[in-house]
Amino acid sequence: MVMASATRTNRTTRTPAPGRHPSSLASLWRSSVGKKAVMAVSGLVMLAYLVAHMLGNLKVFSGPDDINGYAHWLRTLGQPFLHYGWFLWLARLVLLAAVLAHGTAAYQLSRRDLKARPVKYVHQRQRATYATRTMRWGGVILGLFIVWHILDLTTLTVNPAAEEGHPYQNIVASFSTWYSGGIYCLAMLALGLHVRHGFWSAAQTLGANNPRRDRGLKLAANGLALLLTAGFLSVPVAVMAGLVR
Amino acid sequence: MNLTLRIWRQQGPETPGEMTEYRVSGISEDMSFLEMLDTLNEELILRGERPVAFDHDCREGICGACGMVINGQAHGPERTTTCQLHMRHFDDGDTIDVEPWRAGAFPVVRDLMVDRSALDRIIGSGGYVTAPTGSAPEAHATPVPKEAADLAFEHAECIGCGACVAACPNGSAMLFTAAKVVHLNVLPQGAPERASRVRNMVETMDAEGFGGCTNTGECATACPKGIPLTGIARLNREFLRS
Amino acid sequence: MSYLDYTLGEPVADTAAPAGPIEQRWQQRRFEAKLVNPANRRKHTVIVVGTGLAGGAAGATLAEQGYHVVQFCFQDSPRRAHSIAAQGGINAAKNYRNDGDSVRRLFYDTVKGGDFRARESNVHRLAEVSVEIIDQCVAQGVPFAREYGGLLDTRSFGGVQVSRTFYARGQTGQQLLLGAYQALSRQIAAGNVEMHPRTEMLDLLVVDGRARGIVARDLVTGEIRSYTADAVVLATGGYGNVFYLSTNAKNSNATAIWRAHRRGALFANPCFTQIHPTCIPRSGDHQSKLTLMSESLRNDGRIWVPKAKGDTRPPARIPEDERDYYLERIYPAFGNLVPRDIASRAAKVVCDEGRGVGPGGQGVYLDFADAIARLGRDAVEAKYGNLFEMYERITAEDPYTVPMRIYPAIHYTMGGLWVDYDLQTTIPGLFAIGEANFSDHGANRLGASALMQGLADGYFVLPPTLNDYLGRTKLDAVPADHPELTAVEAESADRLNLILAVDGDRTPDSFHRELGELLWEECGMAREEAGLRRALARIPEIREEFWRRIKVPGTGEELNQALEKANRLVDYFELAELMCLDALHRAESCGGHFRTESATPDGEAARRDEEFGYAAAWEFTGTGTAPVLHKEDLVFEHVHPTQRSYA
Ligand SMILES: Cc1cc2nc3c(=O)[nH]c(=O)nc-3n(C[C@H](O)[C@H](O)[C@H](O)COP(=O)(O)OP(=O)(O)OC[C@H]3O[C@@H](n4cnc5c(N)ncnc54)[C@H](O)[C@@H]3O)c2cc1C
Ligand code: HEM
Ligand code: HEM
Ligand code: SF4
Ligand code: F3S
Ligand code: FES
Repeated sequence: MVMASATRTNRTTRTPAPGRHPSSLASLWRSSVGKKAVMAVSGLVMLAYLVAHMLGNLKVFSGPDDINGYAHWLRTLGQPFLHYGWFLWLARLVLLAAVLAHGTAAYQLSRRDLKARPVKYVHQRQRATYATRTMRWGGVILGLFIVWHILDLTTLTVNPAAEEGHPYQNIVASFSTWYSGGIYCLAMLALGLHVRHGFWSAAQTLGANNPRRDRGLKLAANGLALLLTAGFLSVPVAVMAGLVR
Repeated sequence: MNLTLRIWRQQGPETPGEMTEYRVSGISEDMSFLEMLDTLNEELILRGERPVAFDHDCREGICGACGMVINGQAHGPERTTTCQLHMRHFDDGDTIDVEPWRAGAFPVVRDLMVDRSALDRIIGSGGYVTAPTGSAPEAHATPVPKEAADLAFEHAECIGCGACVAACPNGSAMLFTAAKVVHLNVLPQGAPERASRVRNMVETMDAEGFGGCTNTGECATACPKGIPLTGIARLNREFLRS
Repeated sequence: MSYLDYTLGEPVADTAAPAGPIEQRWQQRRFEAKLVNPANRRKHTVIVVGTGLAGGAAGATLAEQGYHVVQFCFQDSPRRAHSIAAQGGINAAKNYRNDGDSVRRLFYDTVKGGDFRARESNVHRLAEVSVEIIDQCVAQGVPFAREYGGLLDTRSFGGVQVSRTFYARGQTGQQLLLGAYQALSRQIAAGNVEMHPRTEMLDLLVVDGRARGIVARDLVTGEIRSYTADAVVLATGGYGNVFYLSTNAKNSNATAIWRAHRRGALFANPCFTQIHPTCIPRSGDHQSKLTLMSESLRNDGRIWVPKAKGDTRPPARIPEDERDYYLERIYPAFGNLVPRDIASRAAKVVCDEGRGVGPGGQGVYLDFADAIARLGRDAVEAKYGNLFEMYERITAEDPYTVPMRIYPAIHYTMGGLWVDYDLQTTIPGLFAIGEANFSDHGANRLGASALMQGLADGYFVLPPTLNDYLGRTKLDAVPADHPELTAVEAESADRLNLILAVDGDRTPDSFHRELGELLWEECGMAREEAGLRRALARIPEIREEFWRRIKVPGTGEELNQALEKANRLVDYFELAELMCLDALHRAESCGGHFRTESATPDGEAARRDEEFGYAAAWEFTGTGTAPVLHKEDLVFEHVHPTQRSYA
């Protein structure tokens, strides 16, 4: 990508000839609007996963068997067409791709965006940059969280219980430590904020927004954020409060 | 009323600038913001100092020439252009910060004046209908549904002032570009070039060094012509569709 | 010999229009015009100064035809030319309403509206071309107002009884200009137009008797240099800003046409200036410009003042029978839609009687109460919403509930460089289009006709006639070291240096204000011999004071807006002088030029066709020295001069 340095001459940019663009993923990725669309799609994929994930997590409240069974079920899904664990791996692959695409796009776009405003205003207004800043920091927090979360509950590397195949025990063990519980709570708040702007933003980015839908989409974004945050938070909070042990 | 102004003074694109403090008195509340600056400039000239440079022309809110960031807000506290902002929106004794549009794609020319020619180049890359003079069919040959005509008009109102870029934390020209893309793409006249228009304009926008849109919405809040934020959604749709 | 002792020179005549039936002249002219082989057009460079409706349209069209166009404007972008501010609409004889409109009627209305001081053949062509303009603009995507069926909507405008005005809410000029600007931008991107924004023409280069280029100053760096070409087109707009307060954009100025005049182009009818009846009254001395409220408001608004002098009650408390709807009373057939000059003068008369309203009694009401009652607030808002908003922003009064206050203001200049049917000035190779020429509007322009004329000139009239000029003329390249170039560049630089060297104690604006007030007083809505003589005595004094007391800080080698202003003022002084002389010599009333000595018993303008049935084209002889008057006799074969009557 050529980044034109801003000069004040009457330099005319070369006009791209109409219809010269092959409609490819590469050209989509090259343009800021396309990259943003990739981000929105990957974000929505993650979002869909999270809704399911949250519902799955709520099984914690119906006892160890239920959720452990659920973990097992996840791995047998698709059988006999898929082997044991394949579905999970497929899902992991999609998720990994989504996280990578999302994170890379976020990083590249953010760098571009910061460069596009090299001189700050002397008179700063906070409101103007609120959403952008929370999205960037929120995203970073979520990224770090995902790493921690996988080490904690998937690879069990940092998990105090680390009983393979027994997520219930692992979850309870994890949230019984104050730092881990804290990390989860913080991450869930970040998630809420991220989704609150992100869901509406994705609709806008993908061109699904229009004046009639705008309000509805914002409401939906708020609802979804609230739902996810509350749903996810309920588990660590319940564990820390001793309701689930 | 009496005011303290802190104004960004900068000789040229290469020289550093700084906020400089001035006091003005006897400002009438019926004055426009630019007339208030005229008053200051008259005094500066008589003192033998260089007057504050700023762009302006129509002073009616339509040419898009004027524009400064007043107390951190593009075009100031009212939803209008700087030339149509009146001093009745300020109070006696106020201190007012005045800065130029800030964006990498808008280098400062002098003081409050910036170079917005990048916006012209975005238009040149696709913001038109190819209709060479003399080739036009009878105007009534293609009726345009009123709804489409109204939507086109709503977006055609953009005056190219650049406040959206100035207000956007990413220095993005999405709202400006969206305004033109939507104006032309919803009309039957603009249909044949629909796909190439949006792609080329977005490509030029990127190449000029504008930031991307993170859907912050500040642009639409600052826009004196009320170009709706949903215009950006439409631009995105047009882009993805192409 | 004093400036007032002008001499009479040879008459000028338009030799470009073919003879024959008026309906066929334009066709005939285009047929006779020489063509330039498309392959050769690229070799021709044409300079277009200005990017308004006229210049933008011309630049785009010439480039589409293959010419190499070098174009200038002093704004930072071609899109900001003053034309952007036009509100009301554009006329065209489409007869979509089937209300009896036709090319002939538009022609007739324009000649009559211009009070029989325009050239018939030009006006007829304008009416013919008007139809194509709408087609062209619609094809470009100009979002004109439409009806529910999807067809174009029209409205009626001052001075006519048919509905032929196309509009885009209150932003017609903006939308039309953006159409032209977009077409131009396409040509700039394609490399066919070399655009120089923030560059101001300071002088014209005349080599071997032909216009061959301009000298211009880069407003950012201050660099002064020559640009040469095979022909020069001036589309630099009107000179209303000579009055300081006008509805023109702040930076509109007369320098380009005035310098061309100094180089030999005749300047026609400088005193024909138009005063617009519906502007927002000024609110104080700080006022830097006046804001127009589109005349289209007169379609639905009713103009009135209290019947009693000095009635200071708020408008709502003045009962119906104590109001004087004076336009409806005096001109029952046209009512609030009488032409601008008549509406303006009537406003001045009632204010002079002491019945004006608002601060200083310099205003009349424009009341929408009836329209809102009849159509509903929403309909009124749909039509005029943005104008009402603008009014409220400026005055802090809500026109939906309190009647607007309006007052006349300088708006448009019918005078300008004299041109023939080909739009060529008296300097071969120099063309003037749009408001910059003395135009097709005679002594008064009808509403919505300037946009029509600008686009007609730029899109349709100039390109073929310029083609003809280039096709017929053999031109050698002007060498870069030609002495004329260096001489004119040096002259331009010297003048700026002289201004900077004065280092006095008055600002450019203070001089401009003083000159403007004098002109408004003595050469404004009504003119009188004694007043004009006073002005003619005073202007040289102000000019002399200028050269003693002007102060401009900074240098010429940088961006210097005060210097730009001061430099334009130098031309305004000379132009103002010529305007007053023209007004003095034309001892009749016609159109926008009202000489109090020449009125009918009931106070209406009285034309004197026998003596003044000509266009006055002036030749420059030197600053402060008497100019030479060349008359172009006007012949009316198709519309017979009658005293205008709108009663
Ligand atoms: C408020 C307002 C409302 C109006 N409404 C209507 C209406 O509703 N209908 C209608 O028909 N008419 C209307 N008019 C009149 C109409 O707008 C103008 O007559 C018309 O737009 C003039 O167009 P133009 O192309 O001749 O010049 P302009 O638009 O004035 O353009 C002049 C161009 O020349 C350039 N220029 C000038 N001098 C120099 C120089 N020395 N060097 C370089 N560049 C130079 C400028 O940069 C600019 O680009 C209105 C006018 C005003 C003021
Ligand atoms: C790897 C960690 C993450 C990072 C660094 C990150 C960063 C970002 C950033 C910077 C944005 C742009 C903000 C904007 O455009 O307004 C964004 C948008 C978004 N994010 Fe994330 N995010 C991350 C994880 C997630 C997760 C886990 C989800 C799922 C819930 C998610 C969903 C979204 C959505 C839906 C958007 C909106 C896309 C758009 O505006 O078009 N993100 N993210
Ligand atoms: C309190 C809330 C959460 C709980 C209790 C929880 C619990 C778990 C558990 C038990 C697993 C392991 C599943 C298994 O291996 O069978 C897991 C996996 C995972 N979780 Fe969470 N999670 C929570 C919140 C989140 C959040 C907010 C995100 C994303 C931002 C997230 C993303 C993931 C991912 C990516 C995996 C890995 C899936 C895999 O590869 O197996 N989780 N989670
Ligand atoms: S979109 Fe609005 S803020 Fe941006 S340039 Fe256009 S009018 Fe100005
Ligand atoms: S403020 Fe900027 S981030 Fe997008 S929504 Fe507007 S361009
Ligand atoms: S000066 Fe034209 S919009 Fe402000």
